[in-house]
Amino acid sequence: MTLRVLDPTFDSIHTTEEVVPRLPSLSGRTVGLLDNSKLNVDTLLDHVEELLRSQHGVSTVIRLHKPDASRPAPDDVIEGFTACDAVISAVGD
Amino acid sequence: MAHLRSPTYDLEDVVAVNDVYSQRGWTDGLPILPPTEEAVHACLNAAGLAPGAVVGVESVRQRPITAEKVAINAVMAGCLPAYMPVVAAIIKAMCQPEFNLHGSTASTGGSAQFIVVNGPVRRSIGLNATHNVLGNSNRANASIGRAIRLMLINVLGCVPGQLDRSTLGHPGKFTFCIAEDEEDTPWTPLAQQRGIPAGASAVTVMAGESPHQTMNEWTRDPEEIVETFAAEMRHNMLTYSIWAGNYAVLIPKQLRDLIAAAGWQKHDIQEYVYRSARVVRRDWATVGKKKIVNMGKGADQRFSALRSADDLLVVAAGGPAGGFGAIVPPWLGSRSQAVTQLIETRKPGNPIEEQKEEGYDTACS
Repeated sequence: MTLRVLDPTFDSIHTTEEVVPRLPSLSGRTVGLLDNSKLNVDTLLDHVEELLRSQHGVSTVIRLHKPDASRPAPDDVIEGFTACDAVISAVGD
Repeated sequence: MAHLRSPTYDLEDVVAVNDVYSQRGWTDGLPILPPTEEAVHACLNAAGLAPGAVVGVESVRQRPITAEKVAINAVMAGCLPAYMPVVAAIIKAMCQPEFNLHGSTASTGGSAQFIVVNGPVRRSIGLNATHNVLGNSNRANASIGRAIRLMLINVLGCVPGQLDRSTLGHPGKFTFCIAEDEEDTPWTPLAQQRGIPAGASAVTVMAGESPHQTMNEWTRDPEEIVETFAAEMRHNMLTYSIWAGNYAVLIPKQLRDLIAAAGWQKHDIQEYVYRSARVVRRDWATVGKKKIVNMGKGADQRFSALRSADDLLVVAAGGPAGGFGAIVPPWLGSRSQAVTQLIETRKPGNPIEEQKEEGYDTACS
């Protein structure tokens, strides 16, 4: 006898939020970098900033710091990225 | 009967169900029971929940956890319908902000939800509180903890290597659910200590690391017995994480009878451990961490395992013989805090509440 069974996953009945279109180029854009306070994340983000500027023509980089790696970024940190065209939320583990 | 919204699949038999579900990454690696519409409805009815009722919301990604998805995963885990109110209460507890659900389930630290059940529901569904309580025991303990893991995998995407970034994890991530042995101790049950009225059922959930077993059967002195637990906590502070938060201590009958005979209540254990489970920064040199001895406030900087005596969860559980005990350390200090949640049971004859998630069809079929 055939068994009729149900899908256990979230995605099966929920549409995910719309994703904004990808930027055609980073040239002249403002990019945010979120330091999550993990060890060595500053070294990682220094390198990422250098690559964004030298290889992708990013004009402005906004770097903000999240006080606790294990908790969500506070509202004021997220609001600080309002002027950005793109944000990289980095993990420096 | 309220309409279920999840897609369905028609599969040949239970073996085919297991093949498909495991290939799609919808299990914990062990076989599951087929989540049929009939079985899912039975779980929902037992808890008095409409399929679209939102049991909790994971706040970081704003992801609602509906009763329908909880019931599907509970059936897969092997839960009987009568377990569903317990499973729902655990998820409600985990969705409280202080539990930090996203952080504690995504972290490299690899914690599991350590669940302690109190109240009459323990006996009505047959939860184990005695022999082998942290190991394999019976259907209720095994499947309730497992239902939480399957929900995390399938509803919140806590898949190892994806959102679950655990370096090691631990065996409690399969299931980690116990009951307190309220009948065989004069001590106040954990849930009552944490504000639940006597006679009500409740769960207490913490993001716990793997249990560490202790042993001391060479004394009748309550201070010496409790000191062994405090020593294991100090050791954990040095070898794992220094940060203060909720620790659980499990005290089986042989040791707790000796402690109780000396007139100690849970409060006395909490106060003793609060004073004793402390280390100084220089102690790190004894466990291979001398590099950080002179950081922070220097070698004399003091640390406590508990922020206050109340941080210690004292649980009467375990088999009758043996001077053993266990501590369950926190995932990362107070970044996830233990939450105690009342278990809401459906009174016979009460209609199912049509709590609706926005945009969710709860029309009766």
